[in-house]
Amino acid sequence: MAQTQTEGAVAPRWRFAAPSHLGRGERISGWLFIAPALILLGIFMIYPIIWSLWMSVQVGKGMNFSFGGWANIIRLTKDPVFLRALSNTCIFFVVQVPIMIFLALVFANALNDNTLRFRALFRTAIFLPCVTSLIAYSTLFKSMFATDGVVNKGLQLLHIISDPIPWLQDPFWAKVLIIIAITWRWTGYNMVFYLAALQNIDRSIYEAARIDVVPAWARFTNITIPMLKPVILFTTIISTIGTLQLFDEVYNLTNGTGGPSDSTLTIALYIYNLTFKFMPSFGYSATVSWVIVVIVGILSAIQFFIARDRRPSA
Amino acid sequence: MNPAFLVRRGIVYVLLSVAAFLSVFPFYWMIVGATNKSADIVIGKPTPGLNLFANIATFFSTVDVPRVFFNSTLIAVLGTVLTLAVSSLAGYAFEMFRSRFREHIFAFMLLLLSIPFSALMVPLFVMIASAHITNTFLAVILPSIASIFIIFYFRQATKAFPSELRDAARVDGLKEWQIFLYIYMPVMRSTYAAATIIVFLANWNNYLWPLIVLSTPENKTVTLVVSALTSAYTPDYGMILFGTVLATLPTLIIFFVLQRQFVEGLTGSVK
Repeated sequence: MAQTQTEGAVAPRWRFAAPSHLGRGERISGWLFIAPALILLGIFMIYPIIWSLWMSVQVGKGMNFSFGGWANIIRLTKDPVFLRALSNTCIFFVVQVPIMIFLALVFANALNDNTLRFRALFRTAIFLPCVTSLIAYSTLFKSMFATDGVVNKGLQLLHIISDPIPWLQDPFWAKVLIIIAITWRWTGYNMVFYLAALQNIDRSIYEAARIDVVPAWARFTNITIPMLKPVILFTTIISTIGTLQLFDEVYNLTNGTGGPSDSTLTIALYIYNLTFKFMPSFGYSATVSWVIVVIVGILSAIQFFIARDRRPSA
Repeated sequence: MNPAFLVRRGIVYVLLSVAAFLSVFPFYWMIVGATNKSADIVIGKPTPGLNLFANIATFFSTVDVPRVFFNSTLIAVLGTVLTLAVSSLAGYAFEMFRSRFREHIFAFMLLLLSIPFSALMVPLFVMIASAHITNTFLAVILPSIASIFIIFYFRQATKAFPSELRDAARVDGLKEWQIFLYIYMPVMRSTYAAATIIVFLANWNNYLWPLIVLSTPENKTVTLVVSALTSAYTPDYGMILFGTVLATLPTLIIFFVLQRQFVEGLTGSVK
């Protein structure tokens, strides 16, 4: 069991062992080859990170700022718009990521069956949304989900709803629309990861389970899910980072407002507004952006912990 | 065939068909919408109309199409070439010339992967502004050239590069940069193909950073222009959907031509 467990893993593995005998030419080449990347990373990543950490303790508007200590963090806790953005982002994350991961797992599992017909067709179709740019699909969804639009018409035709849903005007439905849109765009993407990982699972395990008359659902929860744990962890963390940075879709679906009445405002959109829309307060927006970093860190740690904790004793 | 199996099979087919329909429908809608009047699109007319040429005419008269496509293409191509050059070189070197210190740098870089762009965009913008290069393509491209993800991707791929090839080249007296240029790059062309797709799409579809940096109309990219059209008070959806068809076309073509590398490339990719 322990052996096959690692076979299902596609999580990146790399070696940190370093051979000690590099010639002089190799040592020089080693530095020269990575120098351009390191210099660029230093300028466009390390420096901004340090700058932003320093800015996050500065207060003031525009280019006039002074040291504020904890002032920005205190302001965070009292800022209703920020708390709104934070709770919206958390709702998107808590509702959307599990739905998407679950759907992606179900589709991948269904498509992993070699006896299924039209597999390639289904796979391509479900994956196709990943090809669209975030802007193109936000625009599409905006027109499809107009009050008299094709989605409401379709739902009325199927007698699922009697009155059109005000997708973009109602705070609740606006959130639902954003969740539908992201799920549409990313489910196939996650599915491909699971399909790739499923190919690596030893078929004989399923055969053995089938001989022991383990029902399909139990095979899914007791074999597939545990075997895919490393990939699920990986995709969950990636989706977490993506959802916490949600910007393009909301900005486009709501004309940059995060409306109606801030109901779809995300942290990234709020940072954008603080910096580029209002009188810029760089210090405060830097503090807000570090909230995302901290949340990503905490959530990743929790996800690692859960994945490790439930691993069957090997 | 036992009945329980058939029922289960049936459910799977229905489920996958519904999912496939929902996935593809917006594409159908986009193409059909490009042939309809805005008024028809807003009331959900799902059949093709006769307004395609009017939509094309409106789009071309509202948007400087050649200019905007030239901008997007230039940014995407330049960005891709530079990113691949810098990042593949680094990925190769991290794997080929391992040293303890460089391993520490590599581990540190992986940590940086988890820092979201929104945490960097404010300082980046201030830097770009103080260097007086706002509203230039350089400002759009520069911050993404050293891509930690692509460096990581190339390092992983380099593990499959046969070291005998390198040793043979050394015996033949090739210098390290010649080995990279004349041996490694041709041998690893499928890795380059997959990476090209990832980086090109990321550049082509990029939105937030160009939105911040590019300010004048003659420098806007396709995504920026299409997005701006939708925020009009009464958006002309016929024209806009034609615009999204145009904006999506390059990625759709790349997808169908290079489907295999595309999927392989993405599974090694980060959102």
